[in-house]
Amino acid sequence: MEPQSQLLKVNKNEYLAQQKSKLEDALEMGLTEDEYNLICKKIDKTPNMTELGIFSAMFSEHCSYKSSKKWLKTLPTEASHVIQGPGENAGVIDIGENLAAVFKIESHNHPSFLEPYQGSATGVGGILRDVFTMGARPIALMNALRFGVPDQPLTKHLVSGVVKGIGGYGNCIGIPTVGGETNFDKSYDGNILVNAMAIGLAKKDRIFYSAATGAGNPVIYVGAKTGRDGIHGATMASAAFTENSAEKRPTVQVGDPFTGKLLLEACLELMNTDAVLSIQDMGAAGLTSSSVEMASKGSLGMRLNLDLVPTREDKMTSYEIMLSESQERMLMILKPGSEEKAKSIFDKWDLDFAIIGEVTNTGRLILTKYGFEACNLPIKPLVEDAPEYSKPYEIKTDKKILKPSDLKTNLTIIDILKTIFKNPNIASKKWIWEQYDSSVMGDTIFANGDSDASIVKIHGTEKKDSYGKGLAITTDCTPRYVKSDPVVGGMQAVCEAARNIASSGAIPLAITNNLNFGNPDKKNVMGEIVGSIKGISEAASFFGTPIVSGNVSLYNETNDKSILPTPVIGMVGTIDKVENSLEISAKPENVLIALGQSDNFESGWVGCSIYQEIINKNYDGAPPPINLQYEKKVIEILLKLNKQKLLTAAHDISDGGLLTTVCEMLFKYNLGLDINLPSKLRSCDNNNPLLQSWCFGEDQARIIIATKDVKKVQLILKENNVDFFILGETNSTSNLNLKDNTTISINELKNLNENTIPSMMGMEK
Amino acid sequence: MIVALRKITGKAPIKIWHKENDIPNLDLIVIPGGFSFGDYLRCGALAARSPVISAIKNHISRGGTVLGVCNGFQILIEAKILPGSLMRNKKLLFTCKETKLEVQSCIKNPFLSSFKTGECLRIPVAHNEGNYFATNDLLKKLKEEGRIALKYSKQKDNEKNYNPNGSTEDIAGILSNNGRVLGMMPHPERAINYLHGGTDGLKLLTNCVEQIIG
Repeated sequence: MEPQSQLLKVNKNEYLAQQKSKLEDALEMGLTEDEYNLICKKIDKTPNMTELGIFSAMFSEHCSYKSSKKWLKTLPTEASHVIQGPGENAGVIDIGENLAAVFKIESHNHPSFLEPYQGSATGVGGILRDVFTMGARPIALMNALRFGVPDQPLTKHLVSGVVKGIGGYGNCIGIPTVGGETNFDKSYDGNILVNAMAIGLAKKDRIFYSAATGAGNPVIYVGAKTGRDGIHGATMASAAFTENSAEKRPTVQVGDPFTGKLLLEACLELMNTDAVLSIQDMGAAGLTSSSVEMASKGSLGMRLNLDLVPTREDKMTSYEIMLSESQERMLMILKPGSEEKAKSIFDKWDLDFAIIGEVTNTGRLILTKYGFEACNLPIKPLVEDAPEYSKPYEIKTDKKILKPSDLKTNLTIIDILKTIFKNPNIASKKWIWEQYDSSVMGDTIFANGDSDASIVKIHGTEKKDSYGKGLAITTDCTPRYVKSDPVVGGMQAVCEAARNIASSGAIPLAITNNLNFGNPDKKNVMGEIVGSIKGISEAASFFGTPIVSGNVSLYNETNDKSILPTPVIGMVGTIDKVENSLEISAKPENVLIALGQSDNFESGWVGCSIYQEIINKNYDGAPPPINLQYEKKVIEILLKLNKQKLLTAAHDISDGGLLTTVCEMLFKYNLGLDINLPSKLRSCDNNNPLLQSWCFGEDQARIIIATKDVKKVQLILKENNVDFFILGETNSTSNLNLKDNTTISINELKNLNENTIPSMMGMEK
Repeated sequence: MIVALRKITGKAPIKIWHKENDIPNLDLIVIPGGFSFGDYLRCGALAARSPVISAIKNHISRGGTVLGVCNGFQILIEAKILPGSLMRNKKLLFTCKETKLEVQSCIKNPFLSSFKTGECLRIPVAHNEGNYFATNDLLKKLKEEGRIALKYSKQKDNEKNYNPNGSTEDIAGILSNNGRVLGMMPHPERAINYLHGGTDGLKLLTNCVEQIIG
């Protein structure tokens, strides 16, 4: 019998999956004509549909980073504390005491817009797998979210669904969600951003990698069964490929956090033995990218029998099995002879365990289905020949420097403060945070805005005289600055992240980044990518905080309108004694001091500020400039003061400027403050632009600290030649007095601050 | 929970797998929080049918002590060891926050014996289904028998949302009729050192261990 007719008898779809492809098929899968021709040339044959599907996935922007790779290579990735930089499932850094922190951030933007609950839940599940694949137990989750404006009809639905999805996965799997940022802007109306970050802990000498080893070693599939979910949408649109399109219509992946929990525990249990040689999670492009990447990194080949892959649905074709993005699956290579021991662990956790093939030294990926060869491809071109484009770009910058006097308003300082705390971008995100379990595992010290960075204690590092070491984590980006000046905006994101880590009392160590942009085929968008990578690189090199992992999300645009450029920085640091970490809230009878701001500072930077947006209803002009040396100086002096236990709180000055920061420091304990002003401003009217720019300007490299020992702090600051300005001493009046005639009720602002998001969501506080 | 119990007793508690049904004689069984079986059915409903439940019931019938926290409380309810039901939170949202609990006047029990009636504890909650519901008859019976152990209470006089889940009469925890089983939604193991913001959870657990083991 002819193989083809026999196949036809077995499964018509499988027969189609093994038919020779045509150019049209490639175009429908999102490849270009040049890319298709390159593939045919490199493999010396016309690929069949399964092979083409594998190529289209590996050459996709998501897997190959073809538009951004050229620039990603310029990021600083090395330092003495880096154990593993970009290229593995997650980055790994040495944090002392034979421990390593393993972390990564990843986007799930498009699925979350289509199906906010499952899209965001699987984003969390995916990033957790990236971390525990490396042998690390995840200890914290963070996120960076961007939504459209509150009055846009979909916003409430999306916020509610995404928050429930993030909580749904993280709460169920039992890993605390300890913080993040949530912002709203009209540019995200049709394209929200959901970036999830996970961080885990491993023994420094027990990190697991994905490179395949040893020809003949068994390849194992573990976890959930493979279904038809998440098969690449563009690919699935192929009409020639479906008989029954409804059956194959791509669906957003569905998360199963309980299976995720079982997989986490089973994998970590197995990793405690010596059975695992290499391991890779099945994330984007599922079995395709995991098998290809493992073989490629080990310069080996792989032979898989797809009939042995556990499937959820009948008669799945080789094409579907290879491109499914079903969740909670892993591919492993085990030490020969350890299969039984490994299987018993997965049996205990009620998970599938299947030996589906072996490592070979052919350098080829060979797949069989129903006893026939479904795919026979050289591995090398799949990875190394993926195109790398040098797309044209133009870095557009707004050089106009706005002066305070350019902004004229009748609004008083109180009016502006009220407007600021009614702005969902500044207002407390408590309504969101309370839906995340932030205290599970029992090691959370500060979460969700209690401190500028979230602090999680490292279990097992307790000493006689200390609760032990802590990890500090933050996610930051100010997209409006990046829009106005991509280089400065990129630098600012790193600086703010470092400032946040330092304000919590920790030392900044390394970065994971999530580069979210519009369509890279547009010159200005490509300019935003190139510019912000330049800015990030410069600042990260300067601080010695290399980028060890990350993710790029492009084509975030709707109806030809791009999102604001949003290169999110996830930064990690450590603090030796976790009890020395700082919250943002000042205590009674503390003196507040603005670090990095001198007595002579009288005119704040208003371009691109929240203040400007309130007055002008939009923002433009150059963003506040960055002085890296000065940023570092401020950070170092803060850490020095904290080491001497002279500080009780710290909060960096960012969105909304100095006065907003002061209020946020007074809220928790309902404190008051008679705020000191520079002499020149004391006689100004309440709506004087200069005075208002002092209150709300967004000049960088400033942190407000609280202390009980102002004399000693002052002495150290003078000795070290750091600018500072004493703002005054906190009292129990709950009133912020600006000058003799202006009294601001902290309680009133606090209520506004806490009510904004609930009322936006249509709920009482 | 294991960390908390080890901190109090100086040794790690025995962990029992849910598929086991033959367990040694134990001083105290703690059913901790979590999402057993993903909470995919009613919370605790699947776990309440695990083999280990019959062993726990035997332990209770011998007069043994059991503490169920959060999902553990839900499991005790689903296993019909404790009466009533735990519904979705009133606002239909998962909620994680610190709550203030007031110790009620109740029957003799090993969990709260060192606390005075009316004494307050600050302990966090983190759940989606903690809205305790009891019929009027059951409520009457629980009151008569002194089985309402803990209630959510106001931190400030004018506070509106001190009850995190909308439970009947602000109930946060109830006892079995012999006082040897306590089910509670708040997590005492998350308030065991000052970095947690308080140690009231440690007080509760310590009292429990001391009363039982001495």
